Amino acid sequence: MEPLIAVTAIFALALLAPQTSRLLAHRAGWLLSLLPFGLFAWMASLSPAVNADPPKWNQPWVPEIGLNLAFRLDGLALLFGLLITGIGGLVLVYAGEYMKGDPRAGRLLSFLLFFMGSMLGVVLADNLILLFVFWELTSVSSFLLIGFNSDEEGSRRGAIQALVVTGGGGLALLAGLVWMGQAAQTYEISNLPSLAGHPAYAGLFALVAIGCFTKSAQFPFHFWLPNAMKAPTPVSAYLHSATMVKAGVYLLARLSPTLGGTQIWEVTLTAVGGATMVVGGGLALIQYDLKRILAYTTVAALGTLVLALGIGGEKAAGAAMAFLLAHALYKGALFLVAGAVDHGTGTRDIRALSGLARQMPITGFAALLAGLSMLGVAPMGFLAKEMAFEAALSSPLAAVQAGALSLAAVAFAWVAFVVGWRIFRGTPSQPDAHEGSPGLWLGPMVLGLLGVGLGCAPAWLEGFVGSAAANSVMPDYQGHWSLWHGFNLALGLGVGCIVLGLVGARASERAVAWGAERKAVVGCERAYDAAIAGANRLAETFTSLVQSGRLRVYLQTTIGTTLVLLAAAMLRWTPDFPNRPFDVRPHEVLLLIAMLAGVIGAAHSKSRLSAVVILGVVGFGVALTYVLLGAPDLAMTQIAVEILTVILFVLTFIHLPKFQRASTLPTRLGDAAVATVFGAAMGFLCLVASEQRYGEPVSAYFVENSYPLAHGRNIVNVILVDFRGLDTMGEITVLALAGLGVVALWSAKRSGGGASTR
Amino acid sequence: MVWLLALAIGALYAGGLYMMLRKTMVKLLIGLAMIGNAANLLIFTSSGIVRSKAPLVPKGAKTVEPPFADPLTQALILTAIVIGFAVLAFALALVRRTYEAVGSGGLEDMTEE
Repeated sequence: MEPLIAVTAIFALALLAPQTSRLLAHRAGWLLSLLPFGLFAWMASLSPAVNADPPKWNQPWVPEIGLNLAFRLDGLALLFGLLITGIGGLVLVYAGEYMKGDPRAGRLLSFLLFFMGSMLGVVLADNLILLFVFWELTSVSSFLLIGFNSDEEGSRRGAIQALVVTGGGGLALLAGLVWMGQAAQTYEISNLPSLAGHPAYAGLFALVAIGCFTKSAQFPFHFWLPNAMKAPTPVSAYLHSATMVKAGVYLLARLSPTLGGTQIWEVTLTAVGGATMVVGGGLALIQYDLKRILAYTTVAALGTLVLALGIGGEKAAGAAMAFLLAHALYKGALFLVAGAVDHGTGTRDIRALSGLARQMPITGFAALLAGLSMLGVAPMGFLAKEMAFEAALSSPLAAVQAGALSLAAVAFAWVAFVVGWRIFRGTPSQPDAHEGSPGLWLGPMVLGLLGVGLGCAPAWLEGFVGSAAANSVMPDYQGHWSLWHGFNLALGLGVGCIVLGLVGARASERAVAWGAERKAVVGCERAYDAAIAGANRLAETFTSLVQSGRLRVYLQTTIGTTLVLLAAAMLRWTPDFPNRPFDVRPHEVLLLIAMLAGVIGAAHSKSRLSAVVILGVVGFGVALTYVLLGAPDLAMTQIAVEILTVILFVLTFIHLPKFQRASTLPTRLGDAAVATVFGAAMGFLCLVASEQRYGEPVSAYFVENSYPLAHGRNIVNVILVDFRGLDTMGEITVLALAGLGVVALWSAKRSGGGASTR
Repeated sequence: MVWLLALAIGALYAGGLYMMLRKTMVKLLIGLAMIGNAANLLIFTSSGIVRSKAPLVPKGAKTVEPPFADPLTQALILTAIVIGFAVLAFALALVRRTYEAVGSGGLEDMTEE
């Protein structure tokens, strides 16, 4: 069960992180990163096995509902697992240095590890429900990390927004996954058949798609991602660019063999992915905050991945995997660069940044490498883009897909120029800018170098993980990765987009200035706000409607409901009791008259004492009834309780005012009418109930065994202390607790702090 | 006899509800006690009524000859009486304490507004 151990170990380390941080200060990240790097090495060593036959682990958990701790490491899981642990390790090192001197550093590291474990669980899980559990854990850790600076309004808002959007999508996803499990007759992901022809296909695809689209910030749910940038920068680099936001893409890729290949799939993914690319790419160009620029291009990149998965086919599967890797590397690097710039200069506003290369040469070099990859010039980025264009051009929806890809490519080139080049060139604008410690430039440098280096050996990379990953998306994947495909349309489009982007970037300043004037919230976010406000209003209206805070209203509602239900049940009954003999004896009639008089008297009494005395009379009447009907034990108990009750009432009265404020006559008459109807219904119920007999009474057992087994002649007593002794134990406990409560309430008065209670 | 019991139960429920709908906390508790009695009687009646034959095993016998009152309902009601008393005692203490804190025995003085 290595995957289970791995995930558990990360969670355990998350618990230890605060302590480690206290001991090692900003160097804690280096130590903590040993675990993810170790897991990285372990997974990398499994690459040959993954390519031959993906290893599986299975541990029954709740087998009755098909829930097992099932894990599987196939190509797709390996690719994600390496990104999660590799980038995760670098981010831990970075985060430790980034938070240097901040007492909350330990908490940040702890949350990051919590997320890492959850995300690793998502990609390794081979059971739909298990995957969902980890999926939700990533949403929770994302919430904690976005809201990390909990004293900032924007941070809290971003956190709640992300949780509401992804959590809401999660609900749809859960329904979709359960439905899928039912339709496929299995919850084991690796055993899922293709459901393309299943009658429930459209419904369950829609639910799963909503889950994936919200998680991966697809249009129209994209707005939460830029707002998630309130999180500390290492978090943005890790969760909101390289890994978590790709969970939706991961699940679409994972379920591609199950749900893919249909027209609904292709059209939906193309439309949503394409719209996301256009919206994300366009909005990225008019931002001035480095992180928001990167966030919007991340939205566009996620759209690209969804689009590629929508295209389907071998080329697209390979392209999606290559782009996923390339994007994780360059975007992770650029976010870390943004953090280092922020750290070194104190600002992320591109209008105020220039000439940083001289003051931050290493960071500048890393940014350049990452920028080249984003531009699509450096090998990894180039490879991914070429493959994507080729796949799009050979699909039936070529015009739409290649068009969207081109627009996104122009935006990427534009942003790559601004972020990877322009802010580092020219005359230095920030005199205090300085390079950070090694922990701050190691991450971006390693990711930047990998983005260039890996692309230089496409064949090796493909053999290591690429082919296996594409194979998970597209079984029997046969494609092959190479840098040079000759002079073709894809190459031409790629070059054209780069040129357009670089030319367009000259207008960047004007675009940013134009965007800065438009503070208005985007349409989708406005809809979200309206929905939240509407939900609040609905809750308020509903609460004020049903929660009046007046006992009368609650009572009337309860009684009214009871009456309606009673009536519904009893009116279908043909009563038999009218035929029963009217068998009464004089003393019984006298008893009844006494009780009726008592009830009416209590209702009428003006004095407290008389009301209580009358209550006592009624109680004694009930006790006498028990005597007449063969229940001496009940009678004795009732009498004891009645005496105590009257005493307690009187003791309480000493401290209470007299009855006041009688209700008006109409109110009293109305109440009396309601009460009479209720009483009549209950009397009727009594008559009906007394003639109903279903099966044999269970008391026969007690009667038969009371003496032989329990050696008691009083059957009621034997039931109480023997057969149902535990019930009596509970009863005594209730009595003892009530007694304690009474004592506490009575003695509270002596301590005298009464006036403040409200 | 069942006719009389039905009348008594109906009257206790009606009286109890009427008292609970009043504005005073003490009346609320009196009503609660009445409804408790009514419920006990209702359960008692629904198990069938037998005049003056308690479920007691006579000396020398191993079991009791029918007809006799159902012992199980009696055991249940006995528990209910005791618990009802516990609730009432606690409620009374609460009323007293509330009066000290709020300075009024009226129910509607305790709602916010």
